[in-house]
Amino acid sequence: MSTTLHLGTRKGHFAIEKNGKGWKVAHSSFLGVQVPMLLPDARDSKLHAAVEHGHFGTKIHTSSDSGATWEERACPTYPPKPEGTPDILCPMRQTPVPWNLEKIWSLEAGGADEPGVLWCGTIPGGLFKSTDGGASWNLVESLWNRPERAKWFGGGYDWPGIHSICVDPRNSKRVVLAISCGGVWETLDGGETWDRYGKGLVADFMPPGQEEDWDSQDPHRIDACVTDPNTVWMQHHCGIYRSKDGGHTWQRFDNGNPAVFGFAVAVHPQKPETAWFVPGVKDEMRVPVDGALCVMRTQDDGKTFEPLRKGLPQEHAYHLIYRHCLDVSPDGRTLAMGSTTGSVWISEDSGDSWTRLSAELPPVFCVRFEKGS
Amino acid sequence: MPLVEFTPNLASQTSAQACRVEGATVGESLQAVFAKQPGLRSYLLDDQGAVRHHVVVFVDGAAIKDRRTLSDSVQPDSEIFIMQALSGG
Repeated sequence: MSTTLHLGTRKGHFAIEKNGKGWKVAHSSFLGVQVPMLLPDARDSKLHAAVEHGHFGTKIHTSSDSGATWEERACPTYPPKPEGTPDILCPMRQTPVPWNLEKIWSLEAGGADEPGVLWCGTIPGGLFKSTDGGASWNLVESLWNRPERAKWFGGGYDWPGIHSICVDPRNSKRVVLAISCGGVWETLDGGETWDRYGKGLVADFMPPGQEEDWDSQDPHRIDACVTDPNTVWMQHHCGIYRSKDGGHTWQRFDNGNPAVFGFAVAVHPQKPETAWFVPGVKDEMRVPVDGALCVMRTQDDGKTFEPLRKGLPQEHAYHLIYRHCLDVSPDGRTLAMGSTTGSVWISEDSGDSWTRLSAELPPVFCVRFEKGS
Repeated sequence: MPLVEFTPNLASQTSAQACRVEGATVGESLQAVFAKQPGLRSYLLDDQGAVRHHVVVFVDGAAIKDRRTLSDSVQPDSEIFIMQALSGG
């Protein structure tokens, strides 16, 4: 099982380690600075951190010792906007979409057979790829230049963003990603070309007749099963979905208990029929149902969903679990969850029970196990 | 040669050091700074080369007008001061 957990928070990075006395905060980095995303890369044991300074922009730092020391590396940078290129306007607000890095929203490692490949999803919707371990980055223009981008729009943030990147363990050239709001995209050639999918997805918030438009879908988060990557679970703005064909077509589940709204999803690495969610009251509310926090699990491929409450606060608990704040370890039994109100919980029994490690941390933006440990 | 100075907040995040550089405009002066301290560029300018939204550049006590192409002129004895714009924490 994993014994090191990394948190990216509103006020820095925190490493949490398990010793004989349980899980404890071991050390912190970048105190006072936002860390929206972390990537513990199991291939080379490097830890990458997106460090977002309020005034001075986002940087990427990399550690070779689980965050004890760091080195600033290259950061994804949008190339100069070509002279004469018209602005793409947000379809909702008719304001120009920036050609600047606003936020790093996802960092993922390439396949085991392509050392040095890293993927980075950003707001306002640009995907970046590194082939040299983060020494340099290039905007994936084949996606950025797709005409459908003119239909993408922001959800909670002002601009669209790529928050989920799933590299197929069987074929590293196949990558599925999700955009809020911009649907589900797939490349089969390492990012040279892209197609979008989404049959079955329904965006209830769109005007009549446009609910099934693939480009307007708001997947909050997708996660694929490690041993069965054709199974992809999605927490969508309008409900829970599961695909059995790698993200091309989707089945909707309206039987979430106690709710189908939420942001996070984690899929069991070996059991594609098992996934965890954190339900909340849709959609302007975004708080636990009845102020009682629970994790919701299906173990039967969506036939039923059960709320898991043991160890989680059940009275006046208004924790919001952001989309990157629920992670499952490779053992499929150890889960971690962090909240906007600075609580972090661990479960070592597949979510049946939870232990709070701290209620005193800054708002949590991402939670990731060291999967090589 | 204009003198370029930085807020201590920036110096705490980087190795920014005050320096004198050649330059007739803010842009020329900053490019000369970046030639000496390349890591500073992304802290001050956005991807398109404009001054970051939450950064302010003063020349002799006045905020520059052209934050996009940095064309404000500077004199040989000018002092360029770079600080963060006040915003919430």
